[in-house]
Amino acid sequence: MSEYVKIVIDGTEVKARRGEKLLWAALENDIYIPHLCAIREEARPNASCRLCFVEVEGTQDPVPSCTRTVEDGMVVKTRSPRVDRLVKTGFELLLSDHDLKCRQCPANRNCALQTIAKKRGLKLKQKRFKPVARNYEIDDSPEEFAFNRNRCVLCGQCVFADRRENETGVIGFAGRGINRVVTTFQDLPLAESICRKCKVCVDVCPVGALYYKKSPE
Amino acid sequence: MSTSGPREEYGKLLEEAREKVKSGEGRARVLVGTATCGVSAGALKIKEDFINEIQSKGLDADVVEVGCMGHCYAEPLAVIAKPGFPPVCYGYLDDGLVHRLVEDFLAGDDPSYEYALAALERNDVFPTFEDFPRGVYEEKLILENCGYIDAYDLDSYIARDGYGALAKALSGEPRAVLEEVKAANLRGRGGAGFPAGIKWEASLNGGDSEKYVICNADEGDPGAFMDRSILESDPHLVIEGMILCAYAIGAEKGYLYIRAEYPRAVGHVQQAIDRAREKGLLGTSILGTDFNFDLEIFQGSGAFVCGEATALVSSMEGKMGMPESRPPRLASHGLRGKPTILNNVKTFAYVPFIINRGADWFKGIGTEESPGTAVFSLVGKVNSTGLVEVPMGTTLRQLIFEVGDGLRDGKEFKAVQIGGPSGGCLPESALDVPIDFDSLHEAGAIMGSGGLVVMDENDCMVAVARYFLEFTQHESCGKCTFCRLGTKHMLDILNDICRGEGDPETLNLLKELAEDVRDGSLCNLGRTAPNPVLTTLKYFMDEYKAHIEEGCCPARVCRDLILFYIEPPRCSKLCNVCVGSCPTEAIFTRDDGLKEIDQEKCVKCNNCLKACPPEYNAVIKLSPPVLPPEKEKKAK
Ligand SMILES: Cc1cc2nc3c(=O)[nH]c(=O)nc-3n(C[C@H](O)[C@H](O)[C@H](O)COP(=O)(O)O)c2cc1C
Repeated sequence: MSEYVKIVIDGTEVKARRGEKLLWAALENDIYIPHLCAIREEARPNASCRLCFVEVEGTQDPVPSCTRTVEDGMVVKTRSPRVDRLVKTGFELLLSDHDLKCRQCPANRNCALQTIAKKRGLKLKQKRFKPVARNYEIDDSPEEFAFNRNRCVLCGQCVFADRRENETGVIGFAGRGINRVVTTFQDLPLAESICRKCKVCVDVCPVGALYYKKSPE
Repeated sequence: MSTSGPREEYGKLLEEAREKVKSGEGRARVLVGTATCGVSAGALKIKEDFINEIQSKGLDADVVEVGCMGHCYAEPLAVIAKPGFPPVCYGYLDDGLVHRLVEDFLAGDDPSYEYALAALERNDVFPTFEDFPRGVYEEKLILENCGYIDAYDLDSYIARDGYGALAKALSGEPRAVLEEVKAANLRGRGGAGFPAGIKWEASLNGGDSEKYVICNADEGDPGAFMDRSILESDPHLVIEGMILCAYAIGAEKGYLYIRAEYPRAVGHVQQAIDRAREKGLLGTSILGTDFNFDLEIFQGSGAFVCGEATALVSSMEGKMGMPESRPPRLASHGLRGKPTILNNVKTFAYVPFIINRGADWFKGIGTEESPGTAVFSLVGKVNSTGLVEVPMGTTLRQLIFEVGDGLRDGKEFKAVQIGGPSGGCLPESALDVPIDFDSLHEAGAIMGSGGLVVMDENDCMVAVARYFLEFTQHESCGKCTFCRLGTKHMLDILNDICRGEGDPETLNLLKELAEDVRDGSLCNLGRTAPNPVLTTLKYFMDEYKAHIEEGCCPARVCRDLILFYIEPPRCSKLCNVCVGSCPTEAIFTRDDGLKEIDQEKCVKCNNCLKACPPEYNAVIKLSPPVLPPEKEKKAK
């Protein structure tokens, strides 16, 4: 069996490693699909941000491309009215509890939400839903970086990076439903936790929730 | 092969059990229903009363705890079985009635039929439950023993051929069990209706030798209590089903995932496991064969989402109870990464019947695509609430009006909520839908785990949708975007509508969002949470419109859209009851001696309406909340 399979995405035939998830196959071939939570090394996809929907021929409903393994001859569309509708709603839901003061955000112009908006022609404002205020205090206890949970999109990139770097994870998810947050054990400020200030979490945050107080040179 | 096979081993157990049961038959027995439904109605006290009365009269009679017979509306319940008489069931018991029954029936020979609900065996004197209108429709399989056998006594299960299916299966190949369950097309009773046999077979493919069997007894739907009743009333039936599954797939370890809020179920199951182990029905060398299988209880902490398969497994592994994306499925990659079969309590409960009586017999009950029976907890505004079992294909109308004996107080039927928070609300026009997995799905509801709530003209469908959304929003684990934020915004919108706020655009937004949460969520909690909203929007649009266009709640439920008003022509100068009932002193006596409500002070608690004597019935609710014109004139 060949190590590669051929699939068609948006009318273009591309090669993808056998066993690869659709999302990575597309990105590797420079075909954009919005995504926040996907982590290539994770055996089981998070599938929690619900932004990477695509249509796969033969499958009735749009599927998150991070969950679907490529198959030889698969025909995929990254855009369709149903995909666009789901992505728009998902994106607007994320904006509805996101601190939208972009100009004050260190991730401004380097933010995954801004990228999605640009690539998919979506607005960085939404009017359909009432904003949900989260009102978390900013944890600026570490010397070099800070954590503003009001910007957090709960993608889990920081949690994964932390687990990979540190034997005992420093941060993790806590709380349920609308109160789900990334935090330390016992909700301690980072400086008082077992955090070693390795900053891998800051480096992977796609939206400026974890950020350097002074932007690095 | 040893000379004594599983059938012989079982034969010994059966003989012992029959003998023991027989030896008790010469004595009078009082069976008190002490499942959770009975206990909450005071059954433990009733049991004490029986014991005390019997002792004080020096009578020779046993008092036994049994489970739930399904007639929960009449709890506390007891059956008196006295030699020479048909066993008779009595309901609505209190200490006086217990005294009377012991004196007249146990000490004397008068069965006091005037207090009886039904006899349990056909006789010339008194009707049985089968003679009830509901008896025509009911067909009891997995509820057959419930309320009739001593839930603490393994022998009374064995004496009714319990564990006979296991003995039969163990004398054949595991494959035969699997084939029988597959041929029976037994569909999962936990909600989705996935064929159990196909699931079991999938667990064989991995080639892994370590496998698990898990029984899902998380039962988190508000209003559902079938699984609890079965575990409390007939725990060995479920255990036997699990052992059969383990034999079919080659598992040695199993768990019952029971929510910790079900302490009686946990207690009953634990002692059942212990008894079964003592008799060689669990543990090593089951019934003398080389088949080993043991069971353990895992107590869930009561999060609704932990009933979802992957979340349940995560929580058992010590992780947060959150769903995972599938595939891989549990059958190949379940608990601790091993092939795992997860089935609902009821699904397992059917297995001994299928093995004993065969797939063809099973397929003869119910419909072609959904064979077997359906078990419901029938609640809400029906006369006979309780646990019912009917063949699949019975219509909702038969279930509500015949089995449930229609609506209470002659009220008009409005809707039936079926399938719990993941289900839908169906109107009168859908009542002829047959109850089976596929027909209900088509109508917009789901079979769910079997909660069935009947609603009448006094129920507001917007408020009902809001209630279920409040539940799912609260139970959302928060992992995925659509469920975490989508249910929150849906609830916010419904709250607005219940306050009369919004415009036609609000309803469009609600519908769009509901569809997107359904299509976009990670697990079935989010994917089904919109069902109550989508079905009420579909079938009860008028009510939504009345709320936002007229500020009117037609069922007069939504607090912000109603006011309480005392109709002067009906009010009496001679009566003061409402004044005393009001907690905020909002009701005052006018100069003419009639009563009036100060709307500023009224907190809409409903007390005055309940307190006003029926001969006046002067307190009414108005919606929209505007006082009648003549009232305004007078106030000036
Ligand atoms: C939010 C949620 C809650 C659930 N709760 C239960 C439950 O309490 N009991 C149950 O048997 N299945 C429940 N299920 C269904 C299970 O995921 C699973 O489908 C079922 O246990 C499989 O058994 P079955 O095939 O015998 O139905 C739930 C599913 C979801 C999405």
